[in-house]
Amino acid sequence: MIPVTYYIIFSAVLFSLGTLGVLIRRNSLVIFMSIELMLNAANLSFVAFSRIHESFSGQIFVFFIMAVAAAEVAVGLALIVTIYRSRHTIDIDGMSSLKG
Amino acid sequence: MTLELVLFFILAVIAVTTAVGLLTSRSTIYAALHLVTNFVTVAIFYLLLDAPFIALAQVTVYAGAIMVLFLFVIMLLGIENIAGELEWKGLIWPVVMAVILLAEGIFLVVQRIGKNIYVESAGTELSNASTMAKYLFTDYLLPFEITSILLLVAMVGAIVLSKHEKPAKRGLEKTR
Amino acid sequence: MLFSETTSSGQFFGLVPWIVFAPIIGLLINIFAPYLVRWLNQTFKTELVWSETATGLVASLAAGATFVIATLQLISLGQHHEGAIIPVAEWIHVGPLALDWNFRVDSLSTTMMLVVSGVGTLIHIYAIGYMHEDVRFKNDVGRYNRFFVFLNLFIAAMMILVSGDSYLMLFVGWEGVGLASFLLIGFWYDMDTLGRPSWANSNAAKKAFITNRVGDFGFLIAGFLIFSYMGSFQFDTVFAAAPELAHAHPEILLLITVFMLIGVAGKSAQIPLYVWLPDAMAGPTPVSALIHAATMVTAGVYLVTRSAPIFSLSHDAQYIVATVGAVTALFAATIAVGQYDIKKVLAYSTISQLGFMVAAVGMGAYVAGMFHLVTHAFFKALLFLSAGSVILGLERGHHHLAHGHHADHAEVFDPGDMRNMGGLRKQMPVTFWVYMIGTLALAGIFPFAGFWSKDEILLDASRHFPHVYWILTAAAFLTAFYMGRQVWMVFFGEARHEAAAHAQESPLIVTIPLMILAALSALGGFMNLPFAGFHNFAHWLEHTLGEIEVLGLDFAVAGISTLLALVASAFSWFLYLRKPLTSGQPDPLKKPLGLLFVGMENKWFIDEAYQHFILNAYANLSKFLAQTIDWDFWHEWFHNSVIAKNFVGLTRFLADPVDLGVVDNLSKVLADWVQETSQTLREMQTGYVRHYALSVLVGVVAILGYLLLVSR
Repeated sequence: MIPVTYYIIFSAVLFSLGTLGVLIRRNSLVIFMSIELMLNAANLSFVAFSRIHESFSGQIFVFFIMAVAAAEVAVGLALIVTIYRSRHTIDIDGMSSLKG
Repeated sequence: MTLELVLFFILAVIAVTTAVGLLTSRSTIYAALHLVTNFVTVAIFYLLLDAPFIALAQVTVYAGAIMVLFLFVIMLLGIENIAGELEWKGLIWPVVMAVILLAEGIFLVVQRIGKNIYVESAGTELSNASTMAKYLFTDYLLPFEITSILLLVAMVGAIVLSKHEKPAKRGLEKTR
Repeated sequence: MLFSETTSSGQFFGLVPWIVFAPIIGLLINIFAPYLVRWLNQTFKTELVWSETATGLVASLAAGATFVIATLQLISLGQHHEGAIIPVAEWIHVGPLALDWNFRVDSLSTTMMLVVSGVGTLIHIYAIGYMHEDVRFKNDVGRYNRFFVFLNLFIAAMMILVSGDSYLMLFVGWEGVGLASFLLIGFWYDMDTLGRPSWANSNAAKKAFITNRVGDFGFLIAGFLIFSYMGSFQFDTVFAAAPELAHAHPEILLLITVFMLIGVAGKSAQIPLYVWLPDAMAGPTPVSALIHAATMVTAGVYLVTRSAPIFSLSHDAQYIVATVGAVTALFAATIAVGQYDIKKVLAYSTISQLGFMVAAVGMGAYVAGMFHLVTHAFFKALLFLSAGSVILGLERGHHHLAHGHHADHAEVFDPGDMRNMGGLRKQMPVTFWVYMIGTLALAGIFPFAGFWSKDEILLDASRHFPHVYWILTAAAFLTAFYMGRQVWMVFFGEARHEAAAHAQESPLIVTIPLMILAALSALGGFMNLPFAGFHNFAHWLEHTLGEIEVLGLDFAVAGISTLLALVASAFSWFLYLRKPLTSGQPDPLKKPLGLLFVGMENKWFIDEAYQHFILNAYANLSKFLAQTIDWDFWHEWFHNSVIAKNFVGLTRFLADPVDLGVVDNLSKVLADWVQETSQTLREMQTGYVRHYALSVLVGVVAILGYLLLVSR
């Protein structure tokens, strides 16, 4: 038997790595992938909690998160494509027009 | 050290390795492949947690659809890497913060939930795809339907955003 | 609705609303027909003309229709003495007040309708001829149409007055006739009575209207009192409630009657509000005859008669009304003796005769008052119209002279001045004879109409109020005297002006109404002969007024009054015709009466007294209020010095030290600080997404740490 705690700690590790990816990479596609990784980590802890509380709601939420993630990816990738068309780069340090 | 636990650790190591690979790979393609591997590993964790429906959905939606979409975009834009991206300057603060976050998370889990919690598998009753369907179409019917609208909106949004604008042609139409 | 549930013989009651609608239709036609004709001419290139004949015909037909309807009411009343109330429309329904537009047909209102419509129709016809010449003498043919519109408006308003079933409806008519009177007195608003450019006529109109407002105020107060103490305006309800009020609050009842008397004094020209009536002669002569002699001015008499159940309850009220009437009768008669204008004499005579009527109805002799009202309507309309005929005759003569000799036009000729007349009986025979009949009727010579009605009043007075009897007898003596004086001066002797010598008789359209009125003046008295078995008019009015005490002929009273009339006539003959007046000669009465005659000549200086004591005082008060209170105190001192100066000082203080010194610097310091801070803060905006994401992460770590450390 595996303690459920392990799963949750593991998901925290994955989440931290995803966060690190978002912070250190400049390639917007990779940043996007890191965000997906974070979402996955969250999903994993949802399923683990579902197991702990013996409730099905956690899995249902994972289902909805997947649907939202799919929508997010579709729109997000379309945005990246549009940005690339206008700036000819996907380096997010090139998108600093908000500089004060 | 049961067989399950061994499996868990092997999978965990694979998952963490691929995640680090995602962070460090220079090529975007490799990054995407690392992520696919990570997703499949997580899907196996779902199976271990008695959530076969979610596991299969993970494989289909994430590892399948979403990653294929990523690969398409990479191919479409022809972006492999960005020069000088992975230099180690300016990484201190993100790493420190991420480590603190991890430490906090682990501390929280251990403190609030406990180190070793074993939960017996509830059997097929709780892991059935039909149970999932029952919930989706009774208690969660409204969010489920709203999800379909969300997907439709995303679809339309993606089409609108990625549509090629043709200002010259439009101008001609106007003058005509 | 108009033909409501009446039996076959009473079927004409339903027609009574048309007594108002008919003249309104007439005036609407006369207003719009000229525009229609002009439109037709422009659109179809026709050459139609809305002629004077058409105007006069439409107006006279409208007036004639009211007479026909009034006659039909008479026929229906012959079988249904109780009369009828014909509802036409809902009017005012507020709280406990439920007032409908109801027409009341009974013997009293029908009498008034007959007089108004009958005399009115004759005067309409007369006016066709009279105005035809008048508009030409005054050089404004365009006003012909307007005159008949106003005249029809008057008939409509007067009909509302006499046929209304409540005090409020009566008041609507009361104001309506006041308006028509104003419009018609000021008909030649831009000239005086001699046609010279001046505002004299419009001033006369304003005087009439404003003086009437004073009376209306009394009427309104009386109406409010009636409503607040008896809860209704409707006649029957009020009369039913009156005895109870007389028992509980006799002083309120007296107050109602006194305020009503003020209204009567305004409309029927009694002391002290009579002053407008002589000036009202500025209107064209048919107006003087119809409105200011025969009908409108008798509205007050009608009001008192209609309110008989209220007045009869208070002996004090009767005493006051009778005394006011009698004093007015004598007072106006003395002024009439000293006048030279043919219409002014008749105007004061009208005031005097109205005094007789008011005295009569005040004494409770309602039949005598109404009887005198009817006969007076006949002979005074006749006298006024004949005077108009005389004036026209003189104007024709003057016109003739001006053309024949190219005489000096600068000399102002007054065709109404009796000192310019004389000997007219040869030039104007018809006018002379009808004038004689009117004079005999007014003077009270047997058997003309005035004899019967005046004697009835005197008889009643001698029975109930002896002091009134003596005053009225003196007034009757003076009446005969000034009428004799007028006839001798106008029709006998020698012409004192060339215009009089060349005067011409009026056309038939003018003289035929005169003859009809003359016949009525001569025979009108026979409708109420004071012999047993007759008293027709009294029995007729009994249906409305209840049981009436009928008096037979008292030979003492009748003999004295007839004797006095004859003596007065003889006396006037002695003064004015024994040695006929010559041109420029002062009045023969001047020397024996001295100062007394100066008073008569100048209307006892009442107008001047009013001017001095009331108008000037009022003007001074207004001036004081305007200059001292409003301007000096309120504007100059209070507004400018107190409010404005302090306010300016306050605002200056607020503007300079407070606003510039404190508020501005405060905000300046604040702004500088904000600018410096933001200069520093903008450095943080690197524009790198990573940095923003890192800030988010720092926040997450901090919050998580807080949760771990603090909230367990």
